Amino acid sequence: MSGIKEMVMAKAITAALRDELAADPKTLLIGEDIGALGGVFRVTEGLQAEFGTHRVIDSPLAESGIVGTSIGMAMRGYRPVVEIQFDGFVFPAFNQITTQLAKMHSRTDGNVKVPVTIRLPYGGHIGSIEHHSESPEALFAHTAGLRIVAPSSPQDAYWMTRQAIVSDDPVIILEPKRRYWLKGKVDMENPAPDAFRAQVLRTGTDATIATYGPLVPVALAAAEAARAEGRSIEVVDIRSISPLDDETIARSAAKTQRLIVAHEAPTFGGIGGEIAARVAERAHHRLLAPVLRVGGFHMPYPPSSQEHRYLPDIDRMLEAVDRSFSYQRSA
Amino acid sequence: MVVLTCGASISGAIGEDHTVQPEEVQPVQLLTPEGKLTENEVYSPFIAGLSAEQLRELYRYMAMERRLDAEATSLQRQGQLALWAPALGQEAAQVGTIAAIKSSDMVFPTYREHAMALYRGISPEQLLTLFRATRHTGWDPSEHNFHVYTLVLAAQTLHAAGWAMGINQDRRTGSIPRDRAEDEIVVACIGDGATSQGDMHESMVFAASYELPLLYFIQNNHWAISVPTRTQSRGPLVNRAKGYGIEGVRVDGNDVLASYAVASRLSGDIRAGRGPKLIESVTYRMGAHTTADDPTKYRSSAEEQLWEGRDPIRRFRTWLSSEGHADESFFTDVDAEFKDLAADMRKSVLALESIDLERVFDTVYSEPHRQVETEKAWLKDYEAGFAEEQTEAGTAR
Repeated sequence: MSGIKEMVMAKAITAALRDELAADPKTLLIGEDIGALGGVFRVTEGLQAEFGTHRVIDSPLAESGIVGTSIGMAMRGYRPVVEIQFDGFVFPAFNQITTQLAKMHSRTDGNVKVPVTIRLPYGGHIGSIEHHSESPEALFAHTAGLRIVAPSSPQDAYWMTRQAIVSDDPVIILEPKRRYWLKGKVDMENPAPDAFRAQVLRTGTDATIATYGPLVPVALAAAEAARAEGRSIEVVDIRSISPLDDETIARSAAKTQRLIVAHEAPTFGGIGGEIAARVAERAHHRLLAPVLRVGGFHMPYPPSSQEHRYLPDIDRMLEAVDRSFSYQRSA
Repeated sequence: MVVLTCGASISGAIGEDHTVQPEEVQPVQLLTPEGKLTENEVYSPFIAGLSAEQLRELYRYMAMERRLDAEATSLQRQGQLALWAPALGQEAAQVGTIAAIKSSDMVFPTYREHAMALYRGISPEQLLTLFRATRHTGWDPSEHNFHVYTLVLAAQTLHAAGWAMGINQDRRTGSIPRDRAEDEIVVACIGDGATSQGDMHESMVFAASYELPLLYFIQNNHWAISVPTRTQSRGPLVNRAKGYGIEGVRVDGNDVLASYAVASRLSGDIRAGRGPKLIESVTYRMGAHTTADDPTKYRSSAEEQLWEGRDPIRRFRTWLSSEGHADESFFTDVDAEFKDLAADMRKSVLALESIDLERVFDTVYSEPHRQVETEKAWLKDYEAGFAEEQTEAGTAR
């Protein structure tokens, strides 16, 4: 019997939640509209009917309350999995996440564990209205105590979700909402690689594009397009933002000697800058060009009628590849 | 009794009594400021069963906190504590309330619940660890059913609500932990100032909606640093409970017997499955907000003297003596005991060892994290470099 199934990312996450609810009676889901409705993206569809209203909890409309009570439940031995409806609505819970959830283990000298998982549908390209398309990962990555992962495929979504829930640390899963309906094979018997490591998805020799979440398919398409122009692009799926697998990224950059980092979040103060600095520290002498960043602009996420100009796409990535090749190493 | 005074000024004139609110609800009081016991149909029965020994214990903890407070303040003045937040004046509110609940009930404190912490067996030096900044906390919450202090206030009211959701969940699934009571409740402490925080509102929404076994314990000490309660609320804080469908009771927080009686009744109701309850304990922060504060800038000495006259300890002592529950030798012994405690505390606080930065690295996460491990290793090498230099310099000489 094969445990490999073809499914869309949203349903892979549903399957992961179902399997963890079944595996551990202490695992609970809590969020707005996750019960009868199955969540605004239907990711929790059917789970309340299957596990009951007390394990799949429809919460009041209060994000700080959802995260704050999840911390309290976690202190008592539960494993709450929080659904925040959209990226832009996580901020009412920002204090609970950063001053409480992230610090609890450390400030109690390791005596209190808070295994809370926060599912955060994030990113743009869904033609929505304001506050529904943001990428706030850098704000959380800067906070010690949180783990942050971003799956790019149904297989990763399934396993990362399961690994996040069983982790004793708080984990934020950035779910690339524009990829919820991306189909792929999920091997339910053989775990995907460690959720907190990067993965080389496509090997190449001339340049590396490192990215995560929704831009991974874009990077793979850019690499394919570059091949037609005679360039061999390596694609690294960063997967985990905290911890950051800078070793795998730097190894690829040292090999291809050119690195482009892409994310939807604004480049200013973003993860790309952190990666650029780390790769420069590790592989400066191997690089033929500075690490280049492709990302959003230093502006609030624009009205979605303009998001096609705001979001990195294949052409923006290829332009960065071209720019990387335009640098001449001085003698 | 509700007294409404329309259009009361909320100007900041220092001379006025800021502890009078435009709308008043008479708090439950059993012991008058003069130390006379009064009869209350509802609440008197709750203290009827207290033995003389139990009454003396209440006094002991109040006196212990007051002595600890004085010693901690002087330690801070001498540069031995980074900060101290006195609970001076709030001893009766805290001791009366915590004595009325079970030791297996979890308490989520702010950063000023020193008397409650002492009552739960947390030692003075454990209590002062945070304030000496050698560690962020001095105790393991599970050993005392007393969570660590919370500084970003009102956050703890949501943790308490979550803990209470866990209690309900345990009951539903028949998985009550062995060290917990079947009728367990949880206490969320908060001050008048932090009731303005949104988390308090969200906590009360969750508590009411999920019928949580949760007791809110508001100590209205009338001052949020320099801002009086009436800037937080036009009416008595207790009135807010109604809006959530929660029963609230206003109690004289400087009356340990009333504090005990009210907390007993409400916690009993919660245990009987009647949902969350709220106490507004009306007391007074007789000291400064913290040792970094200067109350002369915003409140009058007349107001302070007025509350001096309502001192919770003096009132209780007067009554204990007049009723013969304690004789003079008891008070002399208590004074002597806490004089020793203060000296011991001074010694043990000065001897507190700082956490190592390595331990901080090790507790950021409970599982390995690449960046933390890399930075920890880097710091070790970096500091070892200095040690080598020193050794080399020593050898050369």
